[in-house]
Amino acid sequence: MNGPAPELLRVEDLSVEFGGRLRAVDGVGFTVKAGETLAVVGESGSGKSVTALSLMRLLPEGVGRYASGRVSFDGKDLLDLSPGEMEKLRGQDIAMIFQEPMTSLNPILTIGFQIMEPLRIHLGLTGAQARARAVELLGLVGISDAERRLDQYPHQFSGGMRQRVMIAIGLACDPKLIIADEPTTALDVTIQAQILELMKDLSRRLDIALILITHNLGIVARYADRVAVMYAARIVESGTAEAVFARPRHPYTMGLLRSVPRLDRARQTRLATIEGLPPDLANAPSGCRFAPRCPFAIASCAEPPHLSETDTGGLSACHRWEEIAAGTIREVPAEPAPARLLAADGPKEIMRLEKLSKTFEVGRGIGRKPGIVRAVEQVSLSVGEGETLGLVGESGCGKSTLGRLILGLEEPTSGTIAFEGKDITAAPPAERRRLRRDIQVIFQDPFSSLNPRMTVGSIVEEPLKVYGLRKGARARGERVRELLDQVGLRADMAERYPHQLSGGQRQRVGIARALAMEPRFIVCDEAVSALDVSIQGQIINLLERLQAELGLTFLFIAHDLAVVRHISTRVAVMYLGRVMEIADRDAIYAEPLHPYTKVLLDAAPVPDPEIEKTRAPRIVNGDLPSPLSPPPGCVFHTRCPIATEECRGIIPEPREIRPGHFAACIKVEAQP
Amino acid sequence: MTGYIARRLLMMIPTLLGVAILTFFMLRVVPGDVVQVKLMADGGMVSPEAIEAERVRLGLDHSLTVQFLDWMRGIFTLDFGNSMWTGRPVAAEIASRFLVTFQAALMATIIAVFIAVPLGTVSALYRGTVLDYVVRVITIGGLALPSFWIGMLVLLCLLRYAHWLPPISYISPTEDPWGNFTQMIWPSMVVGYRFSAVLARLIRSSLLDVLNEDYIRTARAKGVPARTVIWLHALKNALLPAVTVVGLEFAFLIGGLVVTEQVFNLNGVGKLFIQAVEHHDFTMIQGLVMMFAVIYVLANLIVDLIYAAIDPRIRYR
Repeated sequence: MNGPAPELLRVEDLSVEFGGRLRAVDGVGFTVKAGETLAVVGESGSGKSVTALSLMRLLPEGVGRYASGRVSFDGKDLLDLSPGEMEKLRGQDIAMIFQEPMTSLNPILTIGFQIMEPLRIHLGLTGAQARARAVELLGLVGISDAERRLDQYPHQFSGGMRQRVMIAIGLACDPKLIIADEPTTALDVTIQAQILELMKDLSRRLDIALILITHNLGIVARYADRVAVMYAARIVESGTAEAVFARPRHPYTMGLLRSVPRLDRARQTRLATIEGLPPDLANAPSGCRFAPRCPFAIASCAEPPHLSETDTGGLSACHRWEEIAAGTIREVPAEPAPARLLAADGPKEIMRLEKLSKTFEVGRGIGRKPGIVRAVEQVSLSVGEGETLGLVGESGCGKSTLGRLILGLEEPTSGTIAFEGKDITAAPPAERRRLRRDIQVIFQDPFSSLNPRMTVGSIVEEPLKVYGLRKGARARGERVRELLDQVGLRADMAERYPHQLSGGQRQRVGIARALAMEPRFIVCDEAVSALDVSIQGQIINLLERLQAELGLTFLFIAHDLAVVRHISTRVAVMYLGRVMEIADRDAIYAEPLHPYTKVLLDAAPVPDPEIEKTRAPRIVNGDLPSPLSPPPGCVFHTRCPIATEECRGIIPEPREIRPGHFAACIKVEAQP
Repeated sequence: MTGYIARRLLMMIPTLLGVAILTFFMLRVVPGDVVQVKLMADGGMVSPEAIEAERVRLGLDHSLTVQFLDWMRGIFTLDFGNSMWTGRPVAAEIASRFLVTFQAALMATIIAVFIAVPLGTVSALYRGTVLDYVVRVITIGGLALPSFWIGMLVLLCLLRYAHWLPPISYISPTEDPWGNFTQMIWPSMVVGYRFSAVLARLIRSSLLDVLNEDYIRTARAKGVPARTVIWLHALKNALLPAVTVVGLEFAFLIGGLVVTEQVFNLNGVGKLFIQAVEHHDFTMIQGLVMMFAVIYVLANLIVDLIYAAIDPRIRYR
């Protein structure tokens, strides 16, 4: 950039009220210069999305109200414009990209129509002109065969492709500013990297300013010039990305950075966490809103802090930022990780999968041939007692199906599952019922996996009744209290209903329910994926503590590579139903062998701008192939950077390249 | 697509066969038969020989299986037998009344759609305002007030203020279009009002759902004017579930206009059905039920095809 860029957007003292009293955004201010990328980070409910929507004046009508503030954009105050003037501005000068690519496009209108619509409305282009521009735009966002694809409908596009279409719509009228609200949260990590690289590249080439709203600190580190951190409807810290990550001057930012599991570091300690929950905005503390959770809180924190400029050139809303800067107050170092109960000569094998396959038929109809989805294909692996096997892969790779097979929720098409040496797929019903107790599950979605009409107590009690584990209401009540205590819930929570709990608390209930069966093996299916960073850390620590106390074995299914690195002892990587690589945690992260693992690790951003600057991520091209028609030979060859003609012909079997390190790739040489 | 339609039509055969078997045997479970009703209705004494002779004449003396096979044989040659009451062919009896009912159902459906779409849209867009409450009163009235009562009210008003009485017989639309229209418009409006109430409620909630969809937010973010957002982006999506209801409700009206036909003195299928049940006219009931079944299945097929035309995600192969 030549010289200081002019200021494009200035937000001052913006407050938005919901239902009269609740301030979802409270006195927020920031600026964006032409062509720069500002990241707004925060956890759910922090007000970051409401801020974005209110800039566009897209708050749901009659619900949100602008209580105060000015939004100057390009010399105009957006809050003063008439609805008609605002309509002209939207899509022309400011464009917005949303989180959910699967639902953000109108299902019954063609892609072409939806891209051409702003061109017709704002620029008055005729049909042919608009179409020519739409073809050009699709090319710009990397969609080939544009002419033909314009006449297709959204359901004929994958999630990543739809997000590209959304970007094309956003770019249509050469906007000065694009607001992207969690643009890649719903996408897989390799697709996320594609989309963000595309956005960053376009914003540089076309000199478009970008407001990137996200909860992912890695994305911020890789793509943002400046950062604003939001907590409980307010901005608590802002500054350049380098400064905020390297020298945070607000305890919340510090806590957030410490509680993210790191992909780039081997774990030594338990995750640091921010204790407690964000405040309820309807009756937030009058002083510093972070004070109740802050390790440094003092009496003066009851006074509301103001954003003041710090030594790093940023702003911090902490009374004690100077002490933080001087290093006179610092966080307590995290506790060391609990010792694992692993036998010295390697753990005893508890679970063994042998050539396990599961196929589903889809699209069966009258007189129609169904398609075959090979969800899990020839998977062999073993899990040792007391260890945590991390299972990673993108959506549709079969990791959840594998979990369901182990749980007995699906019948395998072929292959065996041996638990403690016994094949559970061939076991008689009584035996299977007993095994079902030993193997339990914790689901991803704490919102929908608990029955909304049952109290927490009865949810936890139910398995005790069903399996007759405790006789009599008293004994069961006793056990429920014990279980709630074990997962860190107060006993009086037993009377509550799931909707009265926070996401983290619900997940604790899910864990208590699983523990009620006194299991030995727990499948954690994306058990922390839906939780905010600070809560995620609490749950991970809880799982680790329980594992150490009860000698549990975990199969930890997740798409977040950093979380898996933190919690696992060994890691298996799946792609299109097959295991690509399996090895000890540190080996697979330090020296990945399979090209797919390498691509995955590259695609995931690390929350450190210094590291991100030096990394040139290899972006894998293309979409995940449909599991209905997986590529012949090695399933990864269509996207593999090192694939050759040979890979199309051979289905590689996992080979032990190094001791205990298996990879299914013919290009990987055996190493000593 | 043609292959799909052909398959669906073929699928009708087992469905209709099931309906035929069920109707035939369920009717036979009911005590009493047409002969008793016919000969002893007025409490007169009839000799057992006369009853037996009549039963033989109608074929009721054969075993159930024989009767059933006899009926089935007829069906496959599209001969539904003769009415046990009048002796005229069932198909002819139905055909002479079908047009009346069909016209009323069709007009009622059209009226309902024309009332329900604007009402439903307005109440969704102005949710919680006076307008919404007015629409709510109108629609709840349509659901709560029995249509025969409204029908009688309409008739009485017409008689009092316009000195108009419904004609005795059906006026053919080809012979006297205006006469036909004045005859049919009132029952159609009465039925259409109730129908529109159901539909308007459905469209209201469906449109409210659609207005909360992410793609509506996308359209607004693109700067699409508010009116275009509603007409182009929202309403077409919101009307999809209404198509199902319209189709099924239309099929229902063919057999369900019984009371309204009575009130407006229309000699339609519903009236015929009531009479057939009263008379234990088995062949007539069977024929009517078969016709209703065919109409339901066809209405379903048409709904599915309309769906496919509106929603590109649905493709039949």
